[in-house]
Amino acid sequence: MVTKLKKTRKKSKLKDLWRRLKKNRLAVAGLIVLILLIFIAIAAPLLAPYSYSAQDSKASYSTGTAEHPLGTDKLGRDLMSRLIWGARASLEMGAIAVAIAAAVGITIGAIAGFFGGWTENICMRVLDIYQSIPMLLLCITIAAILGPSLQNAIIALGVCSVPGYARLMRASVLTVREKEYIESARAVNAGNARIILQHIVPNAMAPLIVEITMGVGSMILAGSLLSFVGLGVQPPTPEWGTMIAEGRNVMREHATLALYPGICVMLSVLACNLLGDGLRDALDPRLKN
Amino acid sequence: MNSTSTNLLEIKDLAVEYHTDEAVIYAVNHVDFSINKGETVGLVGETGAGKTSIARSILRILPMPPAKVVSGEIFYNGNDLLKLSEREMRKIRGNKIAMIFQDPMTALNPIETVGFQIAETIQQHNSISHAEAHQRTCEMLEMVGIPGDRFKDFPHQFSGGMKQRVVIAMALACNPALLLADEPTTALDVTIQAQVLEMMQSLKEKVETAFVLITHDLGVVAEFCDKVAVVYAGEIVERGSAEDIFDRANHPYTLGLFASLPKLDATEKRLSPIKGLMPDPTDLPDGCRFCDRCPNAKDECSKSSPKEAEIAPGHTVKCFFSGGN
Amino acid sequence: MGALLEVRDLKKYFKTNSGLLHAVDGINFSLETGKTLGVVGESGCGKSTLGRTILHLLEPTDGQIFFGGKDISSPGKAETRKLREEMQIIFQDPYSSLDPRKSVSEAIMEPLKIQGSLSKDEMREETRMLMETVGLAARFENTYPHELDGGRRQRIGIARALSLKPKFIVCDEPVSALDVSIQAQVINLMLDLQEKRGIAYMFVTHDLSVVKYISDDIMVMYLGQMVEKAPADELFRDTRHPYTRALLSAIPVPDIHNKTKRILLHGEITSPIDPGPGCRFMARCTHAAGGCHQMQTLEECSPGHFVACCRYKEIEKEDTA
Repeated sequence: MVTKLKKTRKKSKLKDLWRRLKKNRLAVAGLIVLILLIFIAIAAPLLAPYSYSAQDSKASYSTGTAEHPLGTDKLGRDLMSRLIWGARASLEMGAIAVAIAAAVGITIGAIAGFFGGWTENICMRVLDIYQSIPMLLLCITIAAILGPSLQNAIIALGVCSVPGYARLMRASVLTVREKEYIESARAVNAGNARIILQHIVPNAMAPLIVEITMGVGSMILAGSLLSFVGLGVQPPTPEWGTMIAEGRNVMREHATLALYPGICVMLSVLACNLLGDGLRDALDPRLKN
Repeated sequence: MNSTSTNLLEIKDLAVEYHTDEAVIYAVNHVDFSINKGETVGLVGETGAGKTSIARSILRILPMPPAKVVSGEIFYNGNDLLKLSEREMRKIRGNKIAMIFQDPMTALNPIETVGFQIAETIQQHNSISHAEAHQRTCEMLEMVGIPGDRFKDFPHQFSGGMKQRVVIAMALACNPALLLADEPTTALDVTIQAQVLEMMQSLKEKVETAFVLITHDLGVVAEFCDKVAVVYAGEIVERGSAEDIFDRANHPYTLGLFASLPKLDATEKRLSPIKGLMPDPTDLPDGCRFCDRCPNAKDECSKSSPKEAEIAPGHTVKCFFSGGN
Repeated sequence: MGALLEVRDLKKYFKTNSGLLHAVDGINFSLETGKTLGVVGESGCGKSTLGRTILHLLEPTDGQIFFGGKDISSPGKAETRKLREEMQIIFQDPYSSLDPRKSVSEAIMEPLKIQGSLSKDEMREETRMLMETVGLAARFENTYPHELDGGRRQRIGIARALSLKPKFIVCDEPVSALDVSIQAQVINLMLDLQEKRGIAYMFVTHDLSVVKYISDDIMVMYLGQMVEKAPADELFRDTRHPYTRALLSAIPVPDIHNKTKRILLHGEITSPIDPGPGCRFMARCTHAAGGCHQMQTLEECSPGHFVACCRYKEIEKEDTA
């Protein structure tokens, strides 16, 4: 019975969030685009008219024919198919890298914020040093050391963006920590683990959710960049960043080769940011009701 | 009793609603209310009764949306404030009618000196020189009991009670005809509250300003007000002179309020609270708003709403059994 | 049997950048089972800190606390756990003392869950009983605090505190955030509970009319120190300390005929950071004289009535003269 109740309650909370999010049309549009992209990525084998590596030797650099609506590249590979397949690597990169960064960052931030004192000091100073290295440089270095592959690019991206999440979480925890209900939990004998997991993290998450959503966008962007410099996804696997890199060489003659993947990147980033923005408003307790 | 011409402010049939996604909150429900020159009126009621909404609609600073003035007229010196343009309104706001808020900590800009903030208000409404504004600011500070040479201090250098004095000085700087004070002493400690009340008391004698004191504290009202209006669920249920309310209260809600206060000289073992809760402002009862909590409610109370009836000159009650109905 | 709770020379100092803040500075009192001690004072006088220090939510700097005859001044982990089951707290702000993401039943059940001596069904049963005890209808089980009004929220806080069946509850301004009509309901509930369960309360508040109503003894605090303590009626009838007098005279009385002369305080409040040895009220006191620069000792002026003022007898004479 308890589980049943819990379910209805969870639903109502989500419903509440959806009700508020719904009002923001741009956020809804972002959500739809994002769902669409995820669907495309999952259903790529069904949607793509050709294999991403299938070469059509007769149609090198063709533009908008019946067979190849978005044209082909130098090797005669269908651009649309490659874009559809590319959604996989790009989204994967965005989502997993953010997941890694957020998981590590939230843990560090929650611990630093909750315990304070020297724990906090050590955590934050390490992050300071970390952040004094330009993120991209660090990212490229890590990816280069690990060796170029999709997996390693994801790890590099994730590791590099930990500090942002950790800082945000710490700040959020600092405000929650001072709330009376934390003291109230302590007064009924709750241990630190319980206080952190049951009371602090759930209440400190709101700004993080926004940051995570927006983070997916910037990770896709950064991932494209890594692929662009040859440290991400390796050919022939398509990825939007790599595709831009390839298209760049023939930009003057065949602009669409770089343009279409560029639009894809832009669209997904924009979708994430709009959704993140909408979520921020929907989650902000001051605007509630 | 009073002809309309002597009224400084007259509110007629004011109704304010807040429209949210789920529901309409009926915050102020057809309130009539008037203030004469130089009078002090207490607006008493519990949280969510609509006191602040009334004050804000006078100054037209309701957050719109979600708030909406559905009906009513607010006459200030014969002009309907609700019909004025925003530009004309700006000339009245802070100049003719001023307002002070509950929390003095947030009412002052922390990065400007208090002197500058007061002088700024003065210069906004009067074309006078810096020197004159400075002069007037010092006078205002002295008037609320702060040495004029603290002109150059920043808000954080003042204690809570001092800040509230600064806020009052700022509100009075332009010699307004009407000052709306929204819970001005609630955030202060008793001894500090006593100081601020004492100061306001002496101001009352010095300036010709009319005060509307919004509070939930009947003690403060007893100290300070000539007239009292009791607000419940967006309506004024009883009003009259301070004597009418404190000695001859008639509405069951007013009586209930007094009964639920712990008395300093009491010997009874339990307090007598008003049972139940204030009705949900999104779903007000059809009849008398108080009927669910009223100890002497009859059938008719839940069917139709009682009219305001004058039971003695100047003392009106909104209840079927007030003797006036 | 002696007192349920005894506090001896309790001190709590906080380190600040500008020195030691003496939040609680040498408080002594004892409290018997089923009685209420009212603690009155203005914001920053250390009354909330006192309550939290007794419960070991803050560690005392110095002094002793005895509970049921046992010294609990520096309890170990296991002892603290045990203590918290016997001593509880009700917080001031029903808006911030409840986790917004926990439903009513979750909030009330939490202490039982942590204690872990009941089965799931028993906990649910107990929660229901507690809700009934504090007058919360069962239909509120799955609602969230933000959906409820202040009075109901405060009832949740009371139910939480009661769940472990404590003998002593610190009530930290439990009704000051509530409207008068609701406030009366909650006070009555607390009195009923005391009568039924024999709980001792330490009732911290700045509202003097409430404290007189609910307390057996009242202690007046000023900047971390006790300036006067007396049985409730006597404190109001026979006020000795000049600060208490000013405080009592400052309460606005909802009566237009009975206007007592207010004693207005002037002067700056002494800083609680590294204060001198003398009377801390001296700077605002109209009766201050030479002796006030010395340390003030608590003197029993009549049975059970203590006052920390070296001039209280002279002041009496000055006033009657």
